[in-house]
Amino acid sequence: MSTTPDNLLYSKSHEWVKVEGEFATIGITHHAQAELGDITYLELPEVGRVLQEEEQFGEVESVKAVSELFCPVSGEVVEANTGILNSTEVINEDPYEQGWLIKVRVADKEELAALLNAGDYEKFAGQEGH
Amino acid sequence: MNSEPLIFEKSRAGRIGANLPQCDVPEQDIVELLGGDNLRSMLPLPEVSELDVVRHFTHLSHRNYSIDEGLYPLGSCTMKYNPRINEKTASLPGFAALHPLQPVETAQGALQLVYELQGMLASICGMDATTIQPSAGAHGELLAMMMIRAYHRDRGDTARTTVVIPDSAHGTNPASAATCGFRVKSIPSNQKGCTDLNALRNALGPDTAALMLTNPNTVGLFESDILEICSLVHEAGGLVYCDGANMNAMLGITRPGDMGFDVMHFNLHKTFSTPHGGGGPGCGAVSVKKCLEPYLPIPVVTRSDEGTYLLDENRPCSIGRIHSFYGAFLIAVRAYTYIRTLGASGVRAVGENALLNANYVRARLSKAYDIAYNSPVCMHEVVLSAARQKQANGIRALDISKRLMDYGVHPPTNYFPLIVPEALMIEPTETESKQTLDEFIDIMLKIAKEAAEEPELLRTAPHSTLVSRLDETMAVKNLDLRYEALFAGSPHSTVESSS
Repeated sequence: MSTTPDNLLYSKSHEWVKVEGEFATIGITHHAQAELGDITYLELPEVGRVLQEEEQFGEVESVKAVSELFCPVSGEVVEANTGILNSTEVINEDPYEQGWLIKVRVADKEELAALLNAGDYEKFAGQEGH
Repeated sequence: MNSEPLIFEKSRAGRIGANLPQCDVPEQDIVELLGGDNLRSMLPLPEVSELDVVRHFTHLSHRNYSIDEGLYPLGSCTMKYNPRINEKTASLPGFAALHPLQPVETAQGALQLVYELQGMLASICGMDATTIQPSAGAHGELLAMMMIRAYHRDRGDTARTTVVIPDSAHGTNPASAATCGFRVKSIPSNQKGCTDLNALRNALGPDTAALMLTNPNTVGLFESDILEICSLVHEAGGLVYCDGANMNAMLGITRPGDMGFDVMHFNLHKTFSTPHGGGGPGCGAVSVKKCLEPYLPIPVVTRSDEGTYLLDENRPCSIGRIHSFYGAFLIAVRAYTYIRTLGASGVRAVGENALLNANYVRARLSKAYDIAYNSPVCMHEVVLSAARQKQANGIRALDISKRLMDYGVHPPTNYFPLIVPEALMIEPTETESKQTLDEFIDIMLKIAKEAAEEPELLRTAPHSTLVSRLDETMAVKNLDLRYEALFAGSPHSTVESSS
């Protein structure tokens, strides 16, 4: 598995976005889970909540720190991955597949243009982590 | 003795630790007095002798680590030595045996002490008035937010709902603001590790209630644009709050009040050598400028023209009470003793030596470790990064900290501030000698060498402690503090297993 899959878009707050039609699935990147360490707690939004671009939608807690989760695109939450709330290690083990967090109905596709592609995200994450 | 059993495991049926005198009043039937439903059939307390108890807790106390035992370089916590004279004055019967409800005319000395301490703290930080009531720093933050809210409301300025906080702040800052009902706007730090003025300008507006800022900030750097920062917030109509956790760096040298801050908290247990934590009483004194004085919590200790000390409860604008009685009075006695023992020049020397010690550690460790936001000097603490060690051998800040325990040193703060990768935040404080600092530095240099040559030694550390490395993930996810054996198989048990 690539640590930065080419078919995804990325935010500077280390979320990934997978666009399929009018929906976007969102999770945290491999880099983010590695920096956080073992994730022990996850908080997700209710289905139906309408999120603005870059609005906080939940938080992840690891043995190191609590981090806020930001929604890279605005839209309504249509699904939340509540199945992993009690098995948060899935986010560490498989951040891009089983460890997805929420699915939203994208309100404004133009916002996607502001996100990074895999190459640019890798460069960005590399600089930030020294 | 490596493993100390629980006190419950030492229990033997029928063993007693104290003899009660014979009952000299007529016995009453307890069921009749309290009602049977209120009585439990079983109270599983350990049955042990006095000597069992003394030995048990003495054994446990030997496992403790404290500033009385060695260096405690926990960054952002100011773990300085607490002089013994503080304890001496705090145990004087005239202070220790006071009752909070006794008439004020019989407690004039105590009130005078509080009044003078309020004045000394106000003068140290350049403000106009002080309360010693908050129990801790975060309590002081909350009080400040309450006063700021009341201030804006009194002026009819009800649209100020946002508090701006840099991303390097202590987590308590956004928590206090949110608890008080404010919306928190986080702003990024700039390349130098300080407040980004453009981000601040963009965040300020007619909704700004306040900026919460730590100075020196948590990266250990002085906010050199502080004058401009304060005037930008004031121009936007907000107030500026100083998180005084790092006041040790400025003692007697510079004053937040002169920089433009309107309100700040002190941690007496950090800056003024009162005991840290342990669940005991603390004090997060708050000083304010004139504009916030009417909102101080009641009662306020004041002095009449005739020189009598009073507890003023008649303050119509006050936000009310935030603590029982008058705060943790005996903590105030310790801080007062500390300041009076040092005097003005001594207080300044504390600040200067805190800076000198941190910079000495920084200078000697700057080749072996990365320094976060490499500015020419740091303030009272230095933030290292184990980024280099991580890249080379996968050694993280946590591994370095665990290895320090093998050398008998308390680890520094890990992974804070959040904006520094693999952060190791070291605050030596002024009370450590050059010899102690050199010992610590030599250990840190040795560990850097070990990280390069024998990384496995760090990954599996600590090796010499009673308990080896803990599985922190398990500890968080499956925390179990209940001693099951106590209830297992007990025929009298009325306690459900889930309780």
